[in-house]
Amino acid sequence: MDLYEYQGRDLFERHGLPVLAGGVATTPEEARAIAERLGGRVVVKAQVKVGGRGKAGGVKLAEGPDEAVARATDILGMDIKGHTVHKVMITVTADVAEEYYFSYLLDRANRTFLCIASVAGGMDIEQVAADTPDKVVKAPIDAVKGVDEAKAREIVTAAGFPTAVADQVVEIAVGLWQAFVAEDATLVEVNPLAKNGDGRMLLLDAKISLDENAAFRHPDHEALVDQAAVDPLEQAAKAKDLNYVKLDGEVGIIGNGAGLVMSTLDVVAYAGERHGNVKPANFLDIGGGASAAVMANGLEIVLSDPAVKSVFVNVFGGITACDEVANGIIQALALLEQRGERVTKPLVVRLDGNNAEAGRAILDSANNPLVQRVDTMDGAAERAAELAAAGV
Amino acid sequence: MAIWLTKDSKVIVQGMTGSEGSKHTRRMLAAGTNVVGGVNPRKAGQTVDFDGTELPVFASVADAMAETGADVTVIFVPPQFTKAAVVEAIDAAIPLAVVITEGVPVHDTASFWAYNVAQGERTRIIGPNCPGIASPGASNAGIIPADITGSGRIGLVSKSGTLTYQMMYELRDIGFSTCVGIGGDPIIGTTHIDALAAFEADPETDAIVMIGEIGGDAEERAAEFIKANVTKPVVGYIAGFTAPPGKTMGHAGAIISGSAGTAEAKQAALEAVGVKVGKTPTETAKLMREIMSGS
Repeated sequence: MDLYEYQGRDLFERHGLPVLAGGVATTPEEARAIAERLGGRVVVKAQVKVGGRGKAGGVKLAEGPDEAVARATDILGMDIKGHTVHKVMITVTADVAEEYYFSYLLDRANRTFLCIASVAGGMDIEQVAADTPDKVVKAPIDAVKGVDEAKAREIVTAAGFPTAVADQVVEIAVGLWQAFVAEDATLVEVNPLAKNGDGRMLLLDAKISLDENAAFRHPDHEALVDQAAVDPLEQAAKAKDLNYVKLDGEVGIIGNGAGLVMSTLDVVAYAGERHGNVKPANFLDIGGGASAAVMANGLEIVLSDPAVKSVFVNVFGGITACDEVANGIIQALALLEQRGERVTKPLVVRLDGNNAEAGRAILDSANNPLVQRVDTMDGAAERAAELAAAGV
Repeated sequence: MAIWLTKDSKVIVQGMTGSEGSKHTRRMLAAGTNVVGGVNPRKAGQTVDFDGTELPVFASVADAMAETGADVTVIFVPPQFTKAAVVEAIDAAIPLAVVITEGVPVHDTASFWAYNVAQGERTRIIGPNCPGIASPGASNAGIIPADITGSGRIGLVSKSGTLTYQMMYELRDIGFSTCVGIGGDPIIGTTHIDALAAFEADPETDAIVMIGEIGGDAEERAAEFIKANVTKPVVGYIAGFTAPPGKTMGHAGAIISGSAGTAEAKQAALEAVGVKVGKTPTETAKLMREIMSGS
């Protein structure tokens, strides 16, 4: 889960890291209240999870509360690269003398964490690394040993931080690592890490990603989810414990296993090239089991997407037995009827693997006009795409 | 002979008394796996009956190894306890630990992996978030269904469970030496490269199917490895061409970040080193079938 800058600022503050005083506003009046509390000149910053907001006019200075209201009015509702601005962060201003870069992130390839540090901050770090690789230090971090003062000093020295700020950066590096671990983050990026005119170091931006697998030890993280930005269907699916991702297409997809479902999307997209360019409408992994209740919940979500014209149920029975899945589908359709939902869209079902013959027989004898059985994955994808194209 | 898991492997189960653990212990036994016991400190000294097979419960992995000569552990404990379970297995220096558990925080995985490295990598870790490893006809450690296919001379390594099963099914008439599900998490103990190296060295494996998916650059690195080290034919399949950037597709590691981790890049990297990449699982199976039939 990626955080907004203001959430990152709050998180840093909670962990005792030096940030600018500030607050977040969803209305110009809230912006006024914050500007009044802070006093003097403030910065109004659009809160969007995309880069380049400064160039887009999403970051403005304001001389006091009245101007803060005006700038917040300008920025709230603005569209930045397809992201609508619903919140602005108001902070006091910094008197930036120097800009540095500091981050911790997951290094998948080396199965560990990585620290990236540079005295060339305030710019795109990947660009800096490409243009002047000697200005960027990449230090692997041992996940057990972590970053203590000695490790932090090693990084700070290697990156060439000026002596005047070295002690402060060491302290920040240790504190940032502790926050990274304590919050189960997969990324904390500070760009810029700034030296203020008075010589104090400040974390002026925050880019943070948190590991959703660690949610069980962070009950507070749930509140960081921006519910307004979550697709309503994804929200409904999550409430039913379904692993669903909304896509833009016409063929609804239900399958078991993340890899098989991803593969199903691809196969449907290829088939769609031959049928009106229809595309998969969603990712939905119902996992093992595939009971009638789970299948009904899945079908309900997929069918409530108005763009869906046909549904492809693709199940490989590994541990799951196909006869149970077939019963699940038939019962799910009955269940949906009972819930008052009239199912009108065709379902193409492919069952293979464990008890496939029995499952297919169940589908055949149910003789539901909406259900079509195709026994290969590629063939079923073709049929589902064809039906979706005909239904468009 | 297969890789890593043979008919001589002696398997214990951490979490054997839990619901998933007991369900799959029963299945592993039915598949002919030599399961020799389980680990649960609170139930040490007890035995558990699996359809007539009485399995002892030990207090620790070390105890189980000392008593039974176990050399493989399969871990089914919940995510909260997975790190401790793996660390216990590492401390006991068991040669193979198969971590089935899904939803392990990546800090925990990074931590037990670093610990394993610090101990000299005495333990091969497969997973987490994986279906395990099966050497058809010999042994089965994890949740891969045993009855899809018999033994043969294809090696399979895959990030995805159900795509593993699909591929085993597609090529069931030819059969497999070993199928390894390495898991879809951002950090995993055994990589495509580890499996490729083992299959290359395995005299009972003639050709290799490698299944990847979006996220990270493991497939790209595997391609480099193949170019330098693998002489046996390899066919590939990559899932996730239609996945949008920035969205996690089921597996915690299946995410395109910015422009990194795309299926296109992985396919291109594999094809650049001469690996044929199928467009669908069925087409991939067909490519392998052609290789195995010598056409």
